[in-house]
Amino acid sequence: MNDETPIRVLIAKPGLDGHDRGAKVLARGLRDEGFEVIYTGLRQTPEMIADAAEQEDVDVVGLSILSGAHMALLPRTVQLLRERGMAEVLVAAGGIIPDADIAKLKQAGIAEIFGPGTSIGQIARYFRENVRRP
Amino acid sequence: MVDELAAGGRRPLARLLTLIEGGDPSVRGLVPQLFAAGRGAHVVGITGPPGSGKSTLVNALIGEWRERGRRVGVLAVDPSSPYTRGAILGDRIRMMDHAADPDVFVRSMASRGELGGLASTTWIAAAALDAAGYDPVLIETVGAGQSEVEVARVAETTVVVEAPEMGDEVQAIKAGLLEVADVIVVNRGDRPGADRAARQLRAMLSTAGGRIERTPPSVMLTTATTGDGVPALADAVDAHRSVAREPLAARDRAAHQVRRALAALATERAARHTDWDATLEAVANRELDPMTAAERLIDG
Repeated sequence: MNDETPIRVLIAKPGLDGHDRGAKVLARGLRDEGFEVIYTGLRQTPEMIADAAEQEDVDVVGLSILSGAHMALLPRTVQLLRERGMAEVLVAAGGIIPDADIAKLKQAGIAEIFGPGTSIGQIARYFRENVRRP
Repeated sequence: MVDELAAGGRRPLARLLTLIEGGDPSVRGLVPQLFAAGRGAHVVGITGPPGSGKSTLVNALIGEWRERGRRVGVLAVDPSSPYTRGAILGDRIRMMDHAADPDVFVRSMASRGELGGLASTTWIAAAALDAAGYDPVLIETVGAGQSEVEVARVAETTVVVEAPEMGDEVQAIKAGLLEVADVIVVNRGDRPGADRAARQLRAMLSTAGGRIERTPPSVMLTTATTGDGVPALADAVDAHRSVAREPLAARDRAAHQVRRALAALATERAARHTDWDATLEAVANRELDPMTAAERLIDG
């Protein structure tokens, strides 16, 4: 695979969030940064997200979560990706996540957490610099 | 790699599709194996204007074919930005009813610069889904207007999806997309005017003749969100399979496919030519015309 192939990103919303405005803004912003963005919408289970990531063979999974269920849903998603042989996929999260939980989430395999106020340019740069392609 | 597909591995299939999309050099050697491993899946194109409900209709069709015991593969193409090459691949979101079904495989593809409604590698991706045992293989195009007819050259059966607001009789007699349809669907059948749009299409298409030897397409009404009309549509598509495989139709498709492969091979070979840069320079400086330039690059 050559480096000119656009990076493929799955933007997914695990759990029971009521809106997905932020996820859509991010998807649109990443499109403008040259990424191919697959967006799967609200109310996804970790299983649905891992299945989509597998079929789409994405380089990055971006999980957006506002509901507070991140400690259950995010590590579970990472675990399912690993079970499917996708340990190399970069998993990042964004939304409302208290600072106190960040270390634990990173330990569970979430590479980075982007809180409110992060610019799309920062996220795009992080994805470009950290994506691992086979 | 092709053996792994036959064994039903989803991860190997997904990886292979990435190599195909990226134009990886290893794919050239795999194409014969993919076709040899193919099981003769019915390749069905779904096209039509943006917002006519193609993805939602594909979602409903997947459900119908799953009930009939078929394993369904889907390639859903969305446009790449001509400026950034980025894309929003948003068809999958309409197909999440089948997210947990191991016998459904959905892959989103960006058009990556192609203008015909598909990506240049979609036909190879369809062969990979066939080799992996999916049948039918559905190809959903970029939202298409009037002239994106490439799908009819890749797919055996082409379904054109229109919304009731498609326009008047003049729209229905224009050349292009509607002409290549094997089945026309007026979706959003619950909207006012849907019956009338279907009637108008039927009336205008039934008068076709002259130098066109195709049977006029059937015009069907569906409401993808409720499933109304979807079983009948699946029947019509299934019934068209044998029509699509009649010798003349098959030969016609083969001619297009070989021409396309020829163009791809010639471009690839010319790009490796040692005089490539110098020749481009000469054309840019108007010292050489593009036709002669192409001839030299192919001959050399």
